[in-house]
Amino acid sequence: MAKIIYVEHNGNSHTVNVDNGLSVMEGAVQNNIPGIDGDCGGGMSCATCHVYVKEEWFDKLEKKLDGEEDMLDQAYEPKKNSRLSCQITVSEELDGLIVNMPEKQV
Amino acid sequence: MIKTDALIIGAGPTGLFTAHQLKIIGLDCEIVDNLDKAGGQCIELYPDKPIYDIPAIPECTGEELTKNLLDQLKPFNINFHLGERVDELKKNEVNWEVKTNKGKTFLTPNVIIAGGVGSFEPRRFSPKECEQFEDKSIFYSIKNKKIFEGKTVSIFGGGDSALDWAVELSKNSKVNLIHRRDEFRGAQATLDKVHELQKSGKIELFTKYQLKTVKGNGTLESIDIEHENKEIKNLKSDYVLGFFGLIMQLGPIANWGLNLNKKTVEVDTEKFETNQKGIYAIGDICNYPGKLKLILSGFHEGALAARACFKLARPNEKYRFEFTTSSKTIKERLGVKSD
Repeated sequence: MAKIIYVEHNGNSHTVNVDNGLSVMEGAVQNNIPGIDGDCGGGMSCATCHVYVKEEWFDKLEKKLDGEEDMLDQAYEPKKNSRLSCQITVSEELDGLIVNMPEKQV
Repeated sequence: MIKTDALIIGAGPTGLFTAHQLKIIGLDCEIVDNLDKAGGQCIELYPDKPIYDIPAIPECTGEELTKNLLDQLKPFNINFHLGERVDELKKNEVNWEVKTNKGKTFLTPNVIIAGGVGSFEPRRFSPKECEQFEDKSIFYSIKNKKIFEGKTVSIFGGGDSALDWAVELSKNSKVNLIHRRDEFRGAQATLDKVHELQKSGKIELFTKYQLKTVKGNGTLESIDIEHENKEIKNLKSDYVLGFFGLIMQLGPIANWGLNLNKKTVEVDTEKFETNQKGIYAIGDICNYPGKLKLILSGFHEGALAARACFKLARPNEKYRFEFTTSSKTIKERLGVKSD
């Protein structure tokens, strides 16, 4: 289990414990955290679970798969530190991970 | 005005199989979908991805599943209204009067919403000032390429649509191609062509840039693009095209007085009827205790909603449950021989 901190675009912060093996997107959806939609259910085909990850955490995450960057092209305001939260798997090492949400997903 | 026993909104797997169920029990139906082809998310989001949990089909792709569902509908003559979105829905005595954005009107006692996560819409540019130029100088799809002749066109995106149009429009226009990163996801052959055209000065390529703002008084004059490192460039542009793929929006469904829960519609589990009599929601868009967003659940929901439609479409008849293996009537409808 890891503590994940979800920060909405307006600054509202939500800290929840997410089980290992779940994705950061699932952690948000299961805990009704606004700002992460996950429309396609984690299939890396909709870009509605887009988050920004600060550098210190960004480098600790597993590298992106091929399709993720392609999908991020279609996200709302993608940046260098953009990730799809459905592609970040929670583990003990991610305890304290902070993800920031874009203004909107669609 | 088109009269029908049931109108299905959404031609994804759930909508297609529900059409089959309606026809099997002797009801007419029409199908409307905002996409220009049947298949819904299966065809738009993952045509090549294998699906492993369709009963009795160990493995098939989204495209194959769609093809099979359409094959299953072949015995029936079903009207598809593709590339149309249902915009309005209002009660007309016992019927629902349903209007599309292309001006078609349906009159039906039953409306079945099989809309997935809503209708697919192009993803738009984020700067707010883009809205005032939309459909005048800023486009997300191209209907008439002649308007770009002799003009400066700035194209945004990294997929096939962006690359294809950059190549095509460079024949008669000055083209800027702008993408947020160095890699493109479009076909390599097209990308090679773009690089060739870049060398010969037909296309100007800007990578690691995104749209910052658009400028103009009534008509578009120029755009600012911003590099990853925050540097800003101003490009003269008569037209701007954005190809960022499609997103799913609940759209007009939100205005029909239905009980919504986030992006889903609340239904009962007997008829899959919403809080409005004669309006049903099935597949990914519906919600009830225990709901699973599986294709097979959509099939089940559609089968039950179809039976509920019968009561409203044939108020004076009694529905008779029959099997396709044994019913002479169903076999006649399917156009197959009875034993």
